[in-house]
Amino acid sequence: MFQVRFHGRGGQGVVTAAELLSVAAFAEGRHAQAFPSFGSERTGAPVVSFCRIAEVAVRTREPVAAPDALVVQDVTLLYQVDLFRGLAADGYLLLNSARPASELGIGEILARLPSGRVATVPATELAMAHVGRPLPNAPLLGAFAALTGAVSLGAVQRALTGRFAGAVGTSNAAAAAEAYRLVRPAQEALVRAPSA
Amino acid sequence: MLRQLEGSRAVAEAVAACRPEVVCAYPISPQTHIIEAVGALVKSGTLAPCEFVNVESEFAAMSVCIGAAAAGARTYTATASQGLLFMIEAVYNAAGLGLPTVMTVANRALGAPINIWNDHSDAMSVRDAGWVQLFAETNQEAADLHVQAFRLAEELSLPVMVNMDGFVLTHAFEAVDVPAQDAVDAFLPPYLPRQVLDPGDPVTIGAMVGPEAFEEVRYLGHLRQLQALDRIPEIASEFAEAFGRASGGLVRPYRSEDADTVVLSMGSLLGTVKEAVDVCRGRGTRVGAVGVTTFRPFPGHAVVDALASARRVVVVEKALSPGLGGVLATDVAAALSGTGVAVHDVVAGLGGRPVTEASLVQLLETAAAGELGRLTFLDLDRSLVDGELARMAAARRSGPTAENLLRDLRVVGGRWA
Repeated sequence: MFQVRFHGRGGQGVVTAAELLSVAAFAEGRHAQAFPSFGSERTGAPVVSFCRIAEVAVRTREPVAAPDALVVQDVTLLYQVDLFRGLAADGYLLLNSARPASELGIGEILARLPSGRVATVPATELAMAHVGRPLPNAPLLGAFAALTGAVSLGAVQRALTGRFAGAVGTSNAAAAAEAYRLVRPAQEALVRAPSA
Repeated sequence: MLRQLEGSRAVAEAVAACRPEVVCAYPISPQTHIIEAVGALVKSGTLAPCEFVNVESEFAAMSVCIGAAAAGARTYTATASQGLLFMIEAVYNAAGLGLPTVMTVANRALGAPINIWNDHSDAMSVRDAGWVQLFAETNQEAADLHVQAFRLAEELSLPVMVNMDGFVLTHAFEAVDVPAQDAVDAFLPPYLPRQVLDPGDPVTIGAMVGPEAFEEVRYLGHLRQLQALDRIPEIASEFAEAFGRASGGLVRPYRSEDADTVVLSMGSLLGTVKEAVDVCRGRGTRVGAVGVTTFRPFPGHAVVDALASARRVVVVEKALSPGLGGVLATDVAAALSGTGVAVHDVVAGLGGRPVTEASLVQLLETAAAGELGRLTFLDLDRSLVDGELARMAAARRSGPTAENLLRDLRVVGGRWA
């Protein structure tokens, strides 16, 4: 079972991101479950959502306490207590930032994750460029596919165009593709030279 | 066809496939997505003919359902929590009059303190209203139970409540095969009312009944519930034949055949319970689980049969009868009376507190070792409770409890500061 926790703020599509990831995984023949950490959500308030991907039906209903991957849609949340709580020792960390992870003041977590497990992507800027709205979730899903390989970019794009009709869907899919291209080369380089 | 979709959406589509003619509901979290989706299906003409009646309250919503059902229409509504409390007078009336409305309750805690998260307090508050009460374990079962609910309700002239855990199921995306229209049409015959407001053959419905016949009316309502006890498993097996999957029924055992210790529970909690059972089995502890799908009528015989091998039963439930303990546990204890099986109440997951596999495994191991008490509050924060008790002992004017506890936890505006 591969477990993902999304952190963001109300209005950034945090819940939708988890849902779309589950749709993408389902389309690829896996079992998937997505749900939000429920609250009286309002714009700007911290929001958490979860997605589990597995080869067998997912039965548990508890929130994801020990994620294999953490997606941070808003880096102003990075300094919250316990944001990285439970992240696996070899877990993935994906951050929405135009700056490299090394400049974000999270040296402690970076030091304990193996190489090839952390990526940043300017998801808000990509969303503005492609969709015209600061919704970082679609580019982050593209980057997630590139970073983890847990789902394919194509499945993410089909989930996006399936959810959003017309130009909204295709522009989000394009944003996801660009984010994928930004993250993928570094991952492929690692695969070619695993000792590096 | 299996699709990955939100539980609320799956239920809305299943309800629409049942072709209700009148839908009347008032929005309340976490039911809102269901009723928005049903409303959209009516507006788009996908669900037709159907009148979606907008009303000013839950009391009005159930009253409209009563009126529409009395006029011979297939009716549907949905609510949760305070909404159910607000409609409670009409909830009793629907059952007392014998009108077959189907209602989804997206289970949520009751205030005060106000809390929008999941537990079963709302359903338990209308336990004695005369409705059939079914509990879904998954979103697939939630969708399927609605099809069975209309069949049962209309056949017996009894209202049926389908309970699904608020947020945990309503807002979860998972794979569901929504019952297809042609299959539902074949399974669910047209509604033939026992009583109907018909200008061509006028009757009144809702007479005042005095001591001369009130007990008899109630007894007949009880008989209908007992009939439901027979019909629910029959309808579930017809459903399995028609749709190719098991949903509904009275109780559902899981690895309990040779278990000394059995967890009994309702709703989505059963998923995590099964994981915990597997962990304990892996360690060699002989535990199992029994899911209660039908809570009213209470399937006492089926519960006893399912617990045939058990020495002790641990009833884990998301409800509390203050001053007593578990609600489901009380019914289970009554059913098991004289069998020698020990019943342990475990109150868990109130107000949306996650019930974790780790806590359940520990609970099961403690129970299997014979060390579990009569009544347990799972994962209770004892220091938080003790802090408030100390405050109350120290000063008369100790202030509002909820605010005191949140201050102790440094929670501001519903969030950790």
